Amino acid sequence: MNVQIPELGLVALVGPSGSGKSTFARRHFRPTEILSSDFCRGLVSDDENDQSASADAFELLHVIAQKRLARGRLVVVDATNVQKEARQPLVRIAREQHVLATAIVLDLPPSLCDARNAARADRSFGPHVVRHQSAQLRKTLRGLQREGFRYVHVLSTPEAVDATTVERTKLWTDRRSERGPFDIIGDVHGCRDELVALLVELGYEATDADGRPRFAHPEGRKAVFVGDLVDRGPDSPGVLEIVMTMVRHDAAICVPGNHEIKLRRKLDGRDVRLTHGLAETMAQLEGRPEAFLSEVRSFIDGLVSHYVFDDGKLVVAHAGMKEAFQGRASGKVREFALYGETTGETDEYGLPVRFDWASQYRGRAMVVYGHTPVPRAEWINGTLCLDTGCVFGGELTALRYPERELVSVPAGRVYYAPVRPLGSAAEPTRDDLLDLDDVMGKRIVATRIARTVTIQERNAAAALEVMSRFGVDPRWLIYLPPTMSPTATSSLGDFLEHPHEAFDYYRREALPRVVCQEKHMGSRAVLVVCRDAEAAAARFGVSDGRRGVITSRTGRPFFEDVALEVAMVARVADAAQEAGLFDELATSWLCLDAELLPWSAKAQSLLRGQYAAVAAAGRSGLGAAVEALRACASRDGGDASELLARFEARHDHLAGYEAAYARYCWPVQGLDGYALAPFHVLASEGRVHTNEDHVWHMETLARICAADPSLLRATRYRVVDLSDPDSEAAATAWWIEQVAAGGEGMVVKPLEWLPTGRSDFVQPALKVRGPEYLRIIYGPEYLSHLPRLRRRGLGAKRRLAQKEFALGIEGLERFVAGAPLYRVHECVFGVLALESEPVDPRL
Amino acid sequence: MLLTITTTHRPATDLGYLLGKRPDRVQSFELPSGRAHVFYPEASDARCTAALLLDLDPLDLVRAARRSKTRDELLTHYVNDRPYASSSFTSAAISRVFGAALGGRSRERPELAATAIPLEATLATLPVRGGERFLRELFEPLGYEVEAAREPLDPRFEAWGGSRYYRVTLRATTTLGRLLTHLFVLVPVLDDDKHYWVGDDEVEKLLAKGADWLPDHPRREEITRRYLKRQGALTRRALERLIATESAPIEDEPELDEAEDALETKVSLNERRLAAVLATLRDVGAARVLDLGCGEGRLLRELLRDRRFERVVGLDVSTRALGRAHERLRLETLPPAQRARIELLHGSLTYRDARLAGFDAACAVEVIEHLDPWRLDAFARVVFEHAAPRTVILTTPNAEFNVRFDGLAAGAHRHADHRFEWSREEFGAWAHATAARFGYTVRLIPVGDIDEEVGPPTQMGVFSR
Repeated sequence: MNVQIPELGLVALVGPSGSGKSTFARRHFRPTEILSSDFCRGLVSDDENDQSASADAFELLHVIAQKRLARGRLVVVDATNVQKEARQPLVRIAREQHVLATAIVLDLPPSLCDARNAARADRSFGPHVVRHQSAQLRKTLRGLQREGFRYVHVLSTPEAVDATTVERTKLWTDRRSERGPFDIIGDVHGCRDELVALLVELGYEATDADGRPRFAHPEGRKAVFVGDLVDRGPDSPGVLEIVMTMVRHDAAICVPGNHEIKLRRKLDGRDVRLTHGLAETMAQLEGRPEAFLSEVRSFIDGLVSHYVFDDGKLVVAHAGMKEAFQGRASGKVREFALYGETTGETDEYGLPVRFDWASQYRGRAMVVYGHTPVPRAEWINGTLCLDTGCVFGGELTALRYPERELVSVPAGRVYYAPVRPLGSAAEPTRDDLLDLDDVMGKRIVATRIARTVTIQERNAAAALEVMSRFGVDPRWLIYLPPTMSPTATSSLGDFLEHPHEAFDYYRREALPRVVCQEKHMGSRAVLVVCRDAEAAAARFGVSDGRRGVITSRTGRPFFEDVALEVAMVARVADAAQEAGLFDELATSWLCLDAELLPWSAKAQSLLRGQYAAVAAAGRSGLGAAVEALRACASRDGGDASELLARFEARHDHLAGYEAAYARYCWPVQGLDGYALAPFHVLASEGRVHTNEDHVWHMETLARICAADPSLLRATRYRVVDLSDPDSEAAATAWWIEQVAAGGEGMVVKPLEWLPTGRSDFVQPALKVRGPEYLRIIYGPEYLSHLPRLRRRGLGAKRRLAQKEFALGIEGLERFVAGAPLYRVHECVFGVLALESEPVDPRL
Repeated sequence: MLLTITTTHRPATDLGYLLGKRPDRVQSFELPSGRAHVFYPEASDARCTAALLLDLDPLDLVRAARRSKTRDELLTHYVNDRPYASSSFTSAAISRVFGAALGGRSRERPELAATAIPLEATLATLPVRGGERFLRELFEPLGYEVEAAREPLDPRFEAWGGSRYYRVTLRATTTLGRLLTHLFVLVPVLDDDKHYWVGDDEVEKLLAKGADWLPDHPRREEITRRYLKRQGALTRRALERLIATESAPIEDEPELDEAEDALETKVSLNERRLAAVLATLRDVGAARVLDLGCGEGRLLRELLRDRRFERVVGLDVSTRALGRAHERLRLETLPPAQRARIELLHGSLTYRDARLAGFDAACAVEVIEHLDPWRLDAFARVVFEHAAPRTVILTTPNAEFNVRFDGLAAGAHRHADHRFEWSREEFGAWAHATAARFGYTVRLIPVGDIDEEVGPPTQMGVFSR
């Protein structure tokens, strides 16, 4: 006997002790699929036969069953299950998890069971036990289906048990192996002309099949109908003809809409009210032969609530499908597929208020559906409603999958007056409300560059406060810059950092060329600039008239003064426009990575509270010390002179420190005095610019800078051939010249954004900071402590740089791919969270 | 880093005996994070000056700070003023190098140690939190003539103003032991920081060093509080023992929102606000109550006192505030039945949060003005659309009333973190629009004494559905 069980579901083995359930289970199922009550008794009490532990054991068994089913794993319950009371919780669990329950009954003669039990040392109970169990089973056997088991298989002889094979069947909804391409078509509602027009527009060609048009796509694409083919419109039978023919010839797939189900009931002669356009359909069906009606009936009967396609990446259902229901089977799932989730209330038009499941949807599968007429098909958290109200005079819309292109044809006219006007409230619109679960807890984010990045719960908690209290509008925040590691510590001369080690690093990664960029000492700024306010509203959903945003490295508004920000965004956008960049990149927006100078403008409180304060303390403290030591030295003639020399040297160091930070301080007035030095064109419409090398970024940005040189500062750079000692020496000389003139130093990057080096991950950039600048970092007198400072570890910083870089790019990739806000925000939030990890702040 | 002590008591070189350090050579002493040098810039019969120069190793300072449990924010930075400024390191060096003199003892000149002589102490770089006035308030009651010169932050950038460092000279006729004791206690008090963990033994140290002058000092509370690094419990214990004869109870100093509270004290506004919120909650018969933005738990404490509030949940975005609420509400020691009524949640009012559903009422007392205007939409949706309790109570300042606060500049906000403050009309417009959008009705209720012209200091919106 071949026993079929759904591949996802709950299987209850039923039979008295000694009937061979465990042996049967072991033969047909994986050990982890079997939940045995004996085993659970052992887990909680160390004794598999301790009947006093049964209550605890079953509680545990039920919890495991729930968890497995929630995760989409098969559950086989190995317990006697002879009493209805014991089976009821299993049926309930299966229902709650929206899977089917199957019973496999081993109804063997009690004498056989007794003999088996007698052969086992651990089963000391008398024969009355098995007889009692057997009697209970017989009493309830016929009611199993009524109890809620969809399939019941009874095996009554040892031979039958031995001869049984178990076959796992896919669920009806499971079409994961079908990967498309598809053309998913919205609610047709009897609009046959528009359907034909749309099919033609999509490239389908009609041939004649027994007097009916038979549409098929020459490239083998398949149409997927989201249901509601019928009612309200002028030719529901004509639409059915087309769709049924396509389905029969495997050119289309169809899920049922609530209107099909109602029509089916009517055709069965049930008492159904002829409302919502059913009357029109019935009238149109008048005079159709019985064979046609019978074809319609069996067509509708054969429709499956929803489908999961393409390895689980695409779900199609009439009214949508929340994540927990996808690929599952139950009355509730079917109801959701047909009607969506309603709150139980009705609105002012008497229509049910729909629960806005899409706004809270967080599943990975794209869900395409219809049912609720919307003015435009718009993505909401990876879901798309295709019902653009054709029958109400809107459009008939299709989605090309996997291309994600929308194709529409307009309705010929208004065929049916909508009860609720199109575009009125309660229809899903773009929803950017984030959920705490989108960011909190330990998170593992899959990225394209570094596989997965793990963010610890404590880091996420720290980021929540910063993001909530200080962050800009999350819709603008598509990128946070990663931290950057310094080059390995140098042992050359009086240098803590030197280009030599940076070049060496990339040479060891077998990268032929690097680019050296001047490092500006200001404050990091990320800019989003749009061509105009309309573009900002369309792409970022922010419609307060702003054309962009400038954020700090932690996602805060760069400027406290909004007017300054607005002015600077406008200047940069205008410069990009003048340089022709929007047209060239076919984009309405740009995301730029930049340094904004002077340092003193942004770091005012840090400067006053720390850097200048230390200088003031040092100036007066060391000044007084030198003065007192001089007095002492002149008095005693020698003893204090050694100490005096040391403190004079310290005083000189302090002067060097004062000079170092003062170079980065100058006054600003309005935008005057500010300089913006962009160094990455991070992203534009449809593209993250990681495929262009850094020279492209430098040259492209230089063109923008040339358009507004009083604000924008091009970054000086040079390309170094690592196999050419002269090229390297020239770059080193260039660095020395810059840092001698007070520059911060330079950043060395592989020429390519995402190079393939020898190790799994190549640092995207290394900073090489100048010796005078480092006084600000390591303290005024750090040069006196070089040997000890050289013992610094870079490992943690580099791992952090890798994770943040991967997350940053991932966020941009998601944004340009049109991912919902929460998916972008997850990455941005992740970078901020990682930044709360304690690392040596001097690196 | 430099302390000099001068006397003109003849023979002035007796200062060397008093300090136990000979004037004729430089002497150096090991300290935990560096060295201290003692030398004499001048040493004549008429005038003698001893110098105590701290020579701290900046790297050692940082390493020690990172290892210690204080995790001193300032010291973990490599660029910090500790090597240059006078601080608790100075006190430690006085104790280490001039220990006997600090205790009023001298092997060679015991009578002189007990004699008041003309003394002058100069601290080259004394960080003063609280400005020159506070500096004078500390030393002048002890009989010192105070001379103070403030160091500019950076002479190249005049606009940056002055630093917190003063060159301070103190003159008095007193014993050397008293002078050193005053410096030992008051230098860290002025700096308002300590480089080491402050625990119970610091209370003992303060009581011993301050026994004969601190109880009568007009700023004893502030001195004690700062000396004990503003740790409320320690301060209370020290003050109680210090002024054992007086019986006025000592209140915990509020740690947050001090400025705003100080501003609003005249109308004891916070209490009236809480009273108004509590009265409304009782009116609507709420049993399960959310306090959104609960901070340190002032409202939660009141809610816990009334058993009709069966379930009380506080949410805040700051884990530190929640930690303090946990302490102040003494959640660790609450009886189980009380403990079961209350829960503290870490969350944000701009992220939808499933844990906030199922409550009768939600309060956000003085919270919305801390949100950036562009977050208000998310806030409204989180509270009214998703948490959706029957009653929502919001309070926020009435900006019109600000003109009635002395010392608040025109157009300024009551608190540095306020992102906006609304007039009655602005709040009313927002409240009505929000209520309409989410199917609520709203009543606007004034809180505090109503000023005829500018209205009440606080406005409250009670939303119901």
